[in-house]
Amino acid sequence: MIAVELLKLVRRVRTWFSIGLMCALPLVVAIFIAVTHLAPPPGQGSAFLSAVLDDGQLYPAAALALVLPVFLPVAVAVVAGDSIAGEASAGTLRYLLARPVGRTRLLVAKLIAVTAFTLMAVAAVTVTAYATGVLILGPSRAAAVGSSGLSGSIAPGANGLPTAGLQAGAAITSLSGAPLTLLELVERVLGAVAFITVSMLGVAAIAIFLSTLTDSALGAALGALATLVASEILVTLNAASVVQPYLPTRYWLAWIDFFRQPIFWRDIQRGFAIQAVYVVVFLAAAWANFATRDITS
Amino acid sequence: MITTRNLTKRFGNVEAVREVNLDVREGDRYGLLGPNGSGKSTLVRMLLGLVYATSGEISVLGHRVPKQVSRVLPEIGALIEEPAAYPHLSGRANLRLLDAAGPQGKRRTRRRRVDDALEQVGLAGIDRRPVRAYSLGMRQRLGLAAALVRRPRLLILDEPTNGLDPRGIRDIRDLLVGLNADGVTVFLSSHLLPEVSALCTRIGVLDSGRLVLQDQLASLQQPTGRVLISTDDPERAVATLDGLVEHRDGADLVVRSPDPAELNARLVRAGVPVHSLAVQRRSLEEIVLDVTGAGSDQFGVPAAEPGGTVKASPPPSADGTPPNQADAVLPGPDAAPLAREDPEIS
Repeated sequence: MIAVELLKLVRRVRTWFSIGLMCALPLVVAIFIAVTHLAPPPGQGSAFLSAVLDDGQLYPAAALALVLPVFLPVAVAVVAGDSIAGEASAGTLRYLLARPVGRTRLLVAKLIAVTAFTLMAVAAVTVTAYATGVLILGPSRAAAVGSSGLSGSIAPGANGLPTAGLQAGAAITSLSGAPLTLLELVERVLGAVAFITVSMLGVAAIAIFLSTLTDSALGAALGALATLVASEILVTLNAASVVQPYLPTRYWLAWIDFFRQPIFWRDIQRGFAIQAVYVVVFLAAAWANFATRDITS
Repeated sequence: MITTRNLTKRFGNVEAVREVNLDVREGDRYGLLGPNGSGKSTLVRMLLGLVYATSGEISVLGHRVPKQVSRVLPEIGALIEEPAAYPHLSGRANLRLLDAAGPQGKRRTRRRRVDDALEQVGLAGIDRRPVRAYSLGMRQRLGLAAALVRRPRLLILDEPTNGLDPRGIRDIRDLLVGLNADGVTVFLSSHLLPEVSALCTRIGVLDSGRLVLQDQLASLQQPTGRVLISTDDPERAVATLDGLVEHRDGADLVVRSPDPAELNARLVRAGVPVHSLAVQRRSLEEIVLDVTGAGSDQFGVPAAEPGGTVKASPPPSADGTPPNQADAVLPGPDAAPLAREDPEIS
């Protein structure tokens, strides 16, 4: 069943269209920056973006930061929201279940397919952004990876602790100013890709749960997105600090910590943990609802 | 093959299926009749484990449903209301995908089984177009192919001839009769009486969720004890069959006699030219109308069915004198005295 779901995923035009869109956004941004040479000043704008003019090889990180807030969660919510509701409204759900495909098995296969989609999207963005960075923005002009890393784009005071000036410190090497070898950089990019993929699983689980409640794929996707927007608002609201550690988007930016030297693990671990909790809770809710539901669609 | 005991399904306050005791036997071509909204689809879905019963028991192929439904379903081919497919994929790709889902669809034989199923429903050769471009009839055939691809022992088909033209209907009927002859039990639901009449050996009638009738079609359609005669010389025929003629409508006579051969001999001896002579049987329409309530007024209305798939209703008689119904199979008012008959001698 997992193979069938993956096959359905890759045979759908929507899959490639949305991944293409996600890759296109960083490309457009890169073209603008390359033409105007106007990167956001350190400490402002999207993470890493201030540094990419100096080192195109950092562009994958900047690109991920660009698609993370909206594009990626929207695409994941649409795919996950469609998972059960889409089959139900198309009428194929009853035929799958009468095959028979176990209802639990179907849910798990759907989650795996959504995970695969997220991974494909993140990987595609990373790879195209690397090419974009090297070809359009040019390779490292100031200090390349592994050099001293004291280029002009590093904000003063960004050395040492990963506290203030988070984006500002997005420099050629590590955020902390210490040099990274190429191997370390690759490892950290892979870590960031994995973390971002996992960060999307919470959304995916919420969307899949909503997808078992309704026959409207759009409704399920929008419901999951509404949850995310609410979470984003609460994350920045000081009055909501009590619930902030448990919000699904609280640790979304923790992948930046992969680019510190040494890697700052605390938030990364918490990010993984909170997503795991969301996946377990909402998948269980989805299962409890779906396994006992009358299929009348 | 399928038995249910006091099967009941309630949706909120609505009892969609009430105390149904279905009995489908191996080798049957069973037709479940009932107007739209009578509970046919809910019943079918319960048999397949898609809808859970409120109370009662279901046994399919000797296994309890829904508890052991995963052991039953691989041997069942199902068409559940309309067919459904992924519109952007071809018919063949849809069948392959559906077959790969769930257990039992052996990969080694998949290509051959898919080919066979497409061949059986007459879609071979045009199966590479995306389903989006299929006509309603082609989608229906594809749905049937999907039901056949696992070579099931039992077919559960909801409205299998929906959307097909007259030729398609006959193709599918022939296909189902052929499969049945090879040992496949066919259970289908329909609201098209002529379809069921032409195809099924056994019928059940649902009315407002209740199974109001279930029997062999042949025993329901036993001769009524009357013979329908059409002649050029009705005057002489009436005189010859002294006292047996119950009803006369122009050149058509309804004669009470259990023995058509004897009637024929008498008419021939008297030199009466006989155009046709047939044993009167109750039509399926009469049988069904007798047992269904007033709520089923749209039952089998030909005009409601697109595609010209329904035979015309029999014309009502001129003066409407109903024949004696002492030996009618079922109690109830007799709807049409000159109903359709199966001509046996002509």
